[in-house]
Amino acid sequence: MLKTTPFHARTAPLVQGQAWRRWGGYSVASAYELQHEHEYAAIRNAAALIDVSPLYKYQVSGRDAARLLDRMVTRDVAKCGIGQVMYTPWCDGHGKVIDDGTISRLGESRFRLTSAEPNLRWLSLSAAGMEVTIEDVSERLGALALQGPLSRSILERVTGAGLDVLRYFRLLETTVRGIPVTVSRTGYTGDLGFELWVDAERAVPLWDALIEAGAAYGITPAGIWALDLARIEAGLVMLDVDYHSSHHALIEAQKSSPLELGLEWTVGWDKGPFTGRAALCAERARPPEWRLVGLVVDWTSLEALYAEIGLPPQLPTVAWRTSAPVYRDGAQIGYATSGCWSPLLKRYLALAHLQAPHFAAGAEVRLEVTVEHHRREASARVARLPFFDPARKRA
Amino acid sequence: MKRYDAVLVGAGHNALVAAAYLARAGRSVLVLERRSLVGGAAVTEEVFPGFKFSVFSYVVSLLRPEIIRDLDLPRHGLQILPLESTIVPLDGGDYLGLWSDPDQSRRELARHSPRDAEASQVFGRLMQHMAMAVKPILGMVPPDPASLAPSDLRGLLRLGGHFRSLGAERFHALYKLMTMSSADYLDEWFELDPLKATKAASGIIGTFLGPRSPGSAYVLLHHYMGEIDGAFRAWGFQKGGTGAISEAIASAAREAGAEIRTGAAVARVRVRNGRATGVLLESGEEIEAPLVVSGLDPRRTFLDLVEPGLLPDEVVEAVRRFKIRGSSGKVNLALSELPDFTCLPGTGPHLRGAISISPSLDYLERAYDDAKYGEFSRRPYMDIVIPSMIDPGMAPPGKHVMSIFVQYAPYHLNGGWTDARREAFGDAVVDTVACHAPNLKRAIIGRQVLSPADIERITGLSEGNIFQGELALHQLFFLRPLPAWGRYRTPIRGYWQCGAGTHPGGGIMGASGRLAALEILGRRTG
Repeated sequence: MLKTTPFHARTAPLVQGQAWRRWGGYSVASAYELQHEHEYAAIRNAAALIDVSPLYKYQVSGRDAARLLDRMVTRDVAKCGIGQVMYTPWCDGHGKVIDDGTISRLGESRFRLTSAEPNLRWLSLSAAGMEVTIEDVSERLGALALQGPLSRSILERVTGAGLDVLRYFRLLETTVRGIPVTVSRTGYTGDLGFELWVDAERAVPLWDALIEAGAAYGITPAGIWALDLARIEAGLVMLDVDYHSSHHALIEAQKSSPLELGLEWTVGWDKGPFTGRAALCAERARPPEWRLVGLVVDWTSLEALYAEIGLPPQLPTVAWRTSAPVYRDGAQIGYATSGCWSPLLKRYLALAHLQAPHFAAGAEVRLEVTVEHHRREASARVARLPFFDPARKRA
Repeated sequence: MKRYDAVLVGAGHNALVAAAYLARAGRSVLVLERRSLVGGAAVTEEVFPGFKFSVFSYVVSLLRPEIIRDLDLPRHGLQILPLESTIVPLDGGDYLGLWSDPDQSRRELARHSPRDAEASQVFGRLMQHMAMAVKPILGMVPPDPASLAPSDLRGLLRLGGHFRSLGAERFHALYKLMTMSSADYLDEWFELDPLKATKAASGIIGTFLGPRSPGSAYVLLHHYMGEIDGAFRAWGFQKGGTGAISEAIASAAREAGAEIRTGAAVARVRVRNGRATGVLLESGEEIEAPLVVSGLDPRRTFLDLVEPGLLPDEVVEAVRRFKIRGSSGKVNLALSELPDFTCLPGTGPHLRGAISISPSLDYLERAYDDAKYGEFSRRPYMDIVIPSMIDPGMAPPGKHVMSIFVQYAPYHLNGGWTDARREAFGDAVVDTVACHAPNLKRAIIGRQVLSPADIERITGLSEGNIFQGELALHQLFFLRPLPAWGRYRTPIRGYWQCGAGTHPGGGIMGASGRLAALEILGRRTG
C-alpha cells in the first residue's frame, strides 16, 4: 500500500471517481470530482485547497544552518531574512540540477527546506564538518496549498488576522482555531495563494476549519490534474517531467543546468562558493546551448490538421507529460515535456527544451502532435514564461 | 467638429467587436453609447448593494473562438467558468439531471429511460454532424442566391460544395431539422418527456414560437455548435457577469485605438447625397465620419436613426415586416440563502449549473398558449442559474444572486405592461420556482422584474427581443435582416449595420460585429 497523507480521512471520501495518483510514495487525489474543470476554475476564480503533504520537508537548524544551505543551493541564502521564503534549485558539482524546492527561514538559525525527492543524504554530505542538525520532518508535517484570488479572504477569516502584510514569499506563524500553523505566501499555481504547514496530528481539524470558513468563498478541494494545468500556465517546472535529477540521470543528455531551465535568476553569482559554482560560471561564459521555454501552439494550424480528416480539434482535458519532438526547417531542435489546453488563456501551451538559437521569444517552430493516430506537426511560437502572471500573485 | 474614419452607434458587444477590428485595421474609430455603461444587453450591474447581476444576457455559449484569439480577450479579462449541469425538477418530487460527466449523465438518464440513455448518444452524434455542417455559415458573409454578383456566386459555389460533401443522409436530416418543430423532431428520438421538453426549450428561447411550432427544431443546433468548440471551452459563465465580456472587448478596442464615449445618445445619422457623413447626437453635437455603423436592431437602424424619406419605400416596408416580437422576461433575485430544491435538498453541485423548469412538452406548449393570446405564462418555462455559486464575487459572502430567464412574456401584453402587471408577472415566476424550492420566498431580499417593455426601455432593444429580431428561418442567413440587405449594408452608402439583427445574430457570439467589420474593410471571409 502507498502511504496516505495526514488529510486522508477528509480527502478520501471526496474522491468520486477513485482517481488517485502517486506522489513521493503517497496516494493523492488526481481529481475529487468526476471532471476536474471546476477544481481548476477554483484556482483561478475562487480558492482551491490542495493537499501537498507528499513534499519532502527538512528542518535544518544550528549555528551553521544558513552556511550549509548557502553552500548547497544556488540562491544567496544569506539574503534570506527571518520570515522569508526562497525558491531555489540545487546542483551537483557539475552544475546540474538535483532537485528544486523552497527554503523558509523560520528563525535566525532555523530553516525548512522542501523538495520533490528525498535529500537527507545530500544534505548530510553537504553538512560535513558543520554544526548543524538536519531532521526529516516530512511525515510530521501536513501541508495544504490554499490557492486562488479569494484565498486571502478565507485565511483572514479563519485566522482573524489581516494578511495584507504577508507579502509574496514571506511567512508567518499564526493559529487557526488554536491550531499552530505556519502560513507562507507561496504556491505552485502562479496565483495569489498560500501554503499552510501544520502538525500532522492536527491536520484534519485545520482542513475542517478551512472548508467551513471557505464555503462562502467557493473553496474547492482540488487534485493534481487541476494543479498541473495551473503550474503549466505559471511556467513552473516539475521534476521527473520537465527535467530529471542529475542523481538519477543515466546519461549526460538527461541532465539540466539551472541556466538551461530558465532559472538563471536563482543563481547567486556574487555569493561565496556553492556546489556547482565553477561549472555554472563556465557555462555562463559560453553561449547557451539549451533553454526551457514556453510554446504556444497556433490554433489555426491545429484546426487545419483536424479539419483535413473532418474533425474539430480534439484536446485532452488533462495536461500531458510525454515527450513531443519540436522541429524547425525539417530538423529536430528540441522536445516538449508537458503541455495542456489552458482553459483560462484559451491557448494550447507547452513547456519545451529547445536548442540555440531557436529559443528566442517569437521564433516559429513546429510541434509534433498526434492527430487521429497520425504524427503531424502544428506550428507554434516560442513564448516567454510564465504564460500567466496576474498582478494579484505579488500584490 | 471632430472627425473619425468610423462612428459606431451603440456599444453592444457586436459594435464593440466591430470597433476593435476596425481600429486594428488602422481606422480612427468612435463608439457612442447612450447609457453610462457599455455592453448593451451584456452588462453587469449592482442592482442591490453588494449584489451584482448579469441583468439581461447571462451566459456565454457561442462567442467565436477567432474573436477571442484575434482580440486576445483573456488578457483583457475574459474568463469563462464552467456551467456544469442542467437539473429539471419534476412534478412529484423527482428530477432529471444532465451532468457534465458522461457516465453520470448516462446513468441518470437510464434511471428514467434506458432507451433514451442510449438514444441520447446517437442523437448527440447526429446533431454534432449537423452542427459541423452548419458551423462554417457562422463565419461567412451570407451569399444571396438571387444575386449574380461574383462574390455571391463564389460564396454559393463554396456553400453548395460544402452541402454536397455532407452526403445524402446528413443532408436530409438537416433539411428535416430546418423545417420541423422541435417537439416532432425530438419525438422521433426520445420517449422521456422532461428530456424532450428541456432540449426543446433551447429551440424556443428568444422566439415567439412554441415547441410544436414548425421551424423551432433548428435552433436545437445552437447547443451542439457550442459542443464543437468543446475543446476551446468557451461555453459557460463569465467571471463578473456578462458585462465583463463587454468590458474585455471594449478594452481590446481601446488598446487598438478606438475611443468609446458613454452618455452619448445618437439622434440621427447625417446623410448627404445618399451618403452617410456622420451622426447628430441628442445633445446637438455633430460628429463627422464617412462611415457610420449601427449596432442597433434593424427597426432602430433603418427607421429611427434615418430621417424618414431617405430610404426606399419597399425597404421601409420590409423593416416593418421584420419579426421582432419580444417573448421573454427576466427576474433577478438577491437571496439571503440558497434555494433548497425539494427534488435535491441541500447544497450541492446541482446549484452550480442550470435549473430548467421544463417538466414536459405540454407544460411548454401551455406556457406558449398563454402568450399566443396576449398573456404572460402563468406557469412559464424558466432557465435559472445562481451565478454566485460559480463566481462568489457576484454577491456578499454567504449571500446569493439568482438569475431567472422567463418565457413567455409577450411584449404586446393585453392591456399593456404596467407596474402592476410587471409585479404580477414577477409573482408568477417566484410562485412557480417556489413550488420546487419552498424556502425561496423567505430568502428573497431583493427582486428585479424585467418585462420585455423594461428590456426595451433600458437597453433600447425593440420590443425587448433579446436577438434583435427572431431567429426564425425566414429571417436568417441572406435574409437577415432583410432580403437584399443581408450583407451588413444599407441603401445609404457608408451606413452599415453590425448588430445581432444581421447574420448570424443571437447570443453573445460577436460574429455579426466581426463579419460586418471584415466586410467594411473589404476582406474575404468564410
